[in-house]
Amino acid sequence: MHSKRFNPGMVVVYLLLLAGVAVTITPLLWTLSTSLKTVRQLSAWPPEWIPNPVAWSNYSEALTMLPFERYFLNTMVLVVAAEIGALITCSFVAYGFARLDFPGREPLFLLLISTMLMPYIVRLVPLFVFYGEIGWLGTYLPLAVPDLLGRNAFYIFLLRQFFRGIPDDLSDAARIDGANDFRIWWSVVLPLSKPVLATVAIFAFQSTWDDFLGPLIYMGQNPDMRTLAVGLYQFRNSPGGENLMPYLMAVSTVMMLPILFIFGFGQRYLVQGVTMSGLKG
Amino acid sequence: MSSRSLPAESRSREGAYAPSTTRAPLTWRMRKYLGYVFIAPWLIAFLAFDIVPTLSAFYYSFTDWNVIAKSSNWVGVDNYQRMFSGDRLFWPSVKNTLYYTAFAVPLGVVAGFLLALLLNTKVRFQGLFRTLFYLPAVVPTVAATMVWLWIFDTRRGILNWALGTVGMDPIRWLTSPDYSKPALILMSLWSIGGGMVIYLAGLQNIPQDLYEAADVDGASSLSKLFNITIPLMTPTIFFNLLLGLIGSFQVFNAAFIMTAGGPVNSTRFYMLHLYEKAFQDSQMGYACAMAVMLFLTVLLITVFVNWSSKRWVFYG
Repeated sequence: MHSKRFNPGMVVVYLLLLAGVAVTITPLLWTLSTSLKTVRQLSAWPPEWIPNPVAWSNYSEALTMLPFERYFLNTMVLVVAAEIGALITCSFVAYGFARLDFPGREPLFLLLISTMLMPYIVRLVPLFVFYGEIGWLGTYLPLAVPDLLGRNAFYIFLLRQFFRGIPDDLSDAARIDGANDFRIWWSVVLPLSKPVLATVAIFAFQSTWDDFLGPLIYMGQNPDMRTLAVGLYQFRNSPGGENLMPYLMAVSTVMMLPILFIFGFGQRYLVQGVTMSGLKG
Repeated sequence: MSSRSLPAESRSREGAYAPSTTRAPLTWRMRKYLGYVFIAPWLIAFLAFDIVPTLSAFYYSFTDWNVIAKSSNWVGVDNYQRMFSGDRLFWPSVKNTLYYTAFAVPLGVVAGFLLALLLNTKVRFQGLFRTLFYLPAVVPTVAATMVWLWIFDTRRGILNWALGTVGMDPIRWLTSPDYSKPALILMSLWSIGGGMVIYLAGLQNIPQDLYEAADVDGASSLSKLFNITIPLMTPTIFFNLLLGLIGSFQVFNAAFIMTAGGPVNSTRFYMLHLYEKAFQDSQMGYACAMAVMLFLTVLLITVFVNWSSKRWVFYG
């Protein structure tokens, strides 16, 4: 508000912000630093921030200690299912809620919103047993199938909000040209919705990459079906104690990279999505 | 509906006068139900993965369902009784969860809001600051947990090193029952950036002319904060508080991975206890009863916070 000249209040603001940044970033730098240390350098006191020598080999060693490429593949299968579900199925459902009138639309939408607040734990135990009975445990299906069917209420909500903002003239024009709603969804609404699709795509990637409890419970009983998150957890529990730390930090760093990379490009979309979710109170 | 589909409507009216020469009335009538085709995938998933399992959980909470023994007998409210008087670790898990919630949620809301206020001043590099503060919120949970496991290390962790530089004794963050919960709360505050971006967006939605009018009246910054900013932000704060509470009742990953509920059950949270009952002891009936209790608590809290919000949330 007062942008004129030197302002002692602003000095305090900058100092607080810089202190906050230091506290926020230090854990990440500490991770990177530890990931490049030898076991002997771990106990250096005071801690060495830039290890000498730099143990680059930690990364190649850590990634071969467990079949991480298999874990990566498993994670990516779930990511692909989540993306298809988010971009195709959820947007299809959202079109119904946003652009079509049908009896019971509002109560159904309210129901959809309410699933966002429901604790997932209530479903967890019965689903676990049910999946066991139909032979799904230890496969991709328990996590991939609900995703593919568009179970994610949050994505549907975000997409619906955006679809409602697209002017009717455009779909009306398409309708006069003989397009039905499937066609309007696919060739009119979707091409106009790139920002929200990007938001949803990033969310789908992030939450699938991040998910721990789901893969642990539904897939964990099969060692070949671990995801990166579950694999990293297993890695921590393997023998080796504290000496494992540089390797754990190396794998953690590798696991952060894709998400930071996507965050770098798509921050705008991510923040947009978070904001939309929070301001809808 | 009518504003959107003028062409279709005019066509259908035409059809009403000449029903035999056009198919429009039929498609118009069908169109009324077309929405169901679009929402069908979600509806199927909702029934199969939400409604049926939730109802099953209610049913099985009244049985002694055990997957290993493959037995399930109706036991009435036994599981609920056991929760309140038979299970020695149930109340500790409730207390731990309430302790965690009582600190992590308010601290998170206040810190996130203060951070947003700081960034909402005419500060340079606002985008860069926002990115840096938001970063921890996107770090994968398991990776973040590993990071903090190492930060909290008693002998070689960076936190105790920092405390040492100001002359404090090392703290056994994760191995002493007095510090394990504070450690997890501290860790949760690392990712307040998620709330911050929401508050920041809310702050930027406040009409500037309100502040200009207040300036004309000679209002102080503090009075503007309390009379304009905070009242107008209450809906956003309210929403974050609610989500924070619900999330915190289900806190699991950090305690499961870092401390496995220890030391001395000091981080045995509700979800952790439930997890062990279900997936280690195979007591599915009892675990379902615990899940139902949590479900009802969350429902009650949602209703209560919603009801009380009428008193303190400002809907302009």
